[in-house]
Amino acid sequence: MDFTLTDEQKLVAQTARDFATRVLAPKAAARDRSGEFPEAELHALGDLGLLGVNVPEALGGAEAGVIAYSLAMQEIARVDASVSVAMAVTNMVGEVVTRFGSDEQKRTHVPRLTSGEYVAGAFALSEPQAGSDPAAMLTTARRDPERSDGYVIDGAKQWITSGDRAGLIVVWAKTDPKAGGKGISAFLVRRGTPGMTTGRHEEKMGLRGSTTVPLVFDGCRVGADALLGKEGEGLKIALAALDGGRIGIASQALGVGTAALEAAMAYAKQRVQFGRPLAANQAIQFRLADVATELSAARLLALRAAWRKERGEPFTREASMAKLYASEAAGRACDAAVQIHGGYGYTREFPVERFMRDARVQRIYEGTSEVQRIVIARDLLGAAQQRDAQAGR
Amino acid sequence: MKILVSLKRIPDPEQKTRFKGNAIDFSGTNWVPNQFDEYAVETALRLTENASAGNARDGEVVVTTIGTADAGKVLSSALAMGADRAIHVDGADENLDADIVAQVMKKLVEAEKPDLVLMGKLAADSEGNQAGQLLAGYLNWPQATFAAGIEVVDGGKALLVHREVDSGVETKKVPLPAVVTVDLRIVAPQAVKNGKTAATHAYAEGPRYASLKGIMAAKKKPTAKKTFAELGVTPALRVKTVAVEAPPARKAGIKVGSVEELVAKLHNEAKVL
Ligand SMILES: Cc1cc2nc3c(=O)[nH]c(=O)nc-3n(C[C@H](O)[C@H](O)[C@H](O)COP(=O)(O)OP(=O)(O)OC[C@H]3O[C@@H](n4cnc5c(N)ncnc54)[C@H](O)[C@@H]3O)c2cc1C
Repeated sequence: MDFTLTDEQKLVAQTARDFATRVLAPKAAARDRSGEFPEAELHALGDLGLLGVNVPEALGGAEAGVIAYSLAMQEIARVDASVSVAMAVTNMVGEVVTRFGSDEQKRTHVPRLTSGEYVAGAFALSEPQAGSDPAAMLTTARRDPERSDGYVIDGAKQWITSGDRAGLIVVWAKTDPKAGGKGISAFLVRRGTPGMTTGRHEEKMGLRGSTTVPLVFDGCRVGADALLGKEGEGLKIALAALDGGRIGIASQALGVGTAALEAAMAYAKQRVQFGRPLAANQAIQFRLADVATELSAARLLALRAAWRKERGEPFTREASMAKLYASEAAGRACDAAVQIHGGYGYTREFPVERFMRDARVQRIYEGTSEVQRIVIARDLLGAAQQRDAQAGR
Repeated sequence: MKILVSLKRIPDPEQKTRFKGNAIDFSGTNWVPNQFDEYAVETALRLTENASAGNARDGEVVVTTIGTADAGKVLSSALAMGADRAIHVDGADENLDADIVAQVMKKLVEAEKPDLVLMGKLAADSEGNQAGQLLAGYLNWPQATFAAGIEVVDGGKALLVHREVDSGVETKKVPLPAVVTVDLRIVAPQAVKNGKTAATHAYAEGPRYASLKGIMAAKKKPTAKKTFAELGVTPALRVKTVAVEAPPARKAGIKVGSVEELVAKLHNEAKVL
């Protein structure tokens, strides 16, 4: 057992931290208010290699590994969660194309994702009536009747992060509507493809510097080369991508939670009531101690999941545990931070109000906390049981 | 152009200094590169690339530090920023002073034969501000300290070094090879003009970040290891530590009742008016 990071991992974290403090921090609160999309910031992330942290060098990635990715995500989210969610989805799309794409698809799309040329990647799985249960999706992709190859996509996607900005969108649709979850396929759709339109931006509680839009597909034609993997493999691809994505969201939650803790500590030391700093009260100290302990536990869960993924070991359960625990812990950290700030914490004068709004969605997207428990329990009680007993997991 | 840059790791200036007996307690210290040395690395990179042609390299940057194996890590961050190779001279902080650093650097210069040695104007921990001057003296090379701007002139045979002085900006022309120490302003967007990068090019303010690609590439860049013995330097400290003590705690301030009282106190007690 060894908890030390490699020099490269430390340097990646340092670069992400320097960039976050120098470039993101000055405008994070302003972006939250104006809802301005961080396009220039995403380009800069691409220049630094942060849009393809765990993507092979040959495809324009940094090939720095999953642990480095988690560390970088923590640092970016610690300062601006809105930027970090676009970064998370772009990394996830880069990895999914790398893993399931043809050579041609990889060569065409991955370097454009990692460099920032595509601005961002998007992941279009959820639908208005199919969130936790993606197999209930209604979007279809039928063989193009006017061409020997290709598909026509019809339907609607909901809640698509960066859906209006992304140069590449992975779209899930049923190629065999009668086959349920086994009839779903994944497609790589370029921005501006005729037949795909963007709906009205969601007015969100938090992550206001990130765009979340519905996408409408009305006779949207794509070539056969848009199919990612094989027909019917879509759900498998989505779940595999989400396993990795959850390490990203766990890390993001950790970043926001850490920011909340740091703000709470600074305030508690400086705010004086009853003639002494808040931090002199044991009740406040204990709350800070609990938050720090929970965030430490969350960090270990996230890094363990990242470590397993990096070593090529199964990590579905670990990623879900990390995402569940880190997002819940971040929620509690923000709640404590607002409480310690008193009335000031409820205003926009202090950043903890933004942290609380930004952290809330981490218990919802990429699988709600309830869905994580479903995944963990299924893995726990299912066929994995015997294997675990042997592996001592 | 071949440039030798020296780096030192220092305790994070944002961290509180702790004392143990008659010494500083470094047990919990977070070590960071001396900021002025990072500026020197940035300057060296700007001088040896064409930023108007995709940062194509045009020259060599060799970075060096004197320190323990752990202190040698400061070199990885410089390599990750873009330096080409590194030399790590083994030595412990307590056996170093500016004179020994200058002697070691002299040996490295003799072996490497750079066109230019770039150093930070001072190390922000000891604030010595001597190593560059001593080195130039030992080498008998021209020097320019506190550079706020550098221009390559005479077809690469000399530098115009701009220095901020009380009365304005002083410009010195130094023929190469030379020793130049850099100040904060050297990392302003247009402070370095190498004659290849378009003169209108504006860099981002500050030392560049190590990109992830740079970090991964740094692993494959060579780091040579040297000892004092190999370099033929016998370290004899000229600086002796007599005592280490924390500065006296600041006394609490007072509140004055009126402007008149403030002015009176400034005049009679603080004697600044
Ligand atoms: C800001 C934001 C960005 C998003 N970005 C994306 C994106 O980029 N791409 C994308 O595809 N999606 C995205 N989503 C969608 C997100 O993944 C879904 O909102 C989420 O999966 C939940 O689906 P739902 O909203 O339909 O809730 P529902 O599935 O309707 O769930 C409602 C509630 O019921 C609970 N529930 C449901 N089923 C069960 C059960 N079996 N047992 C117990 N409890 C259950 C849920 O946990 C939840 O609390 C985003 C959402 C938001 C808010």
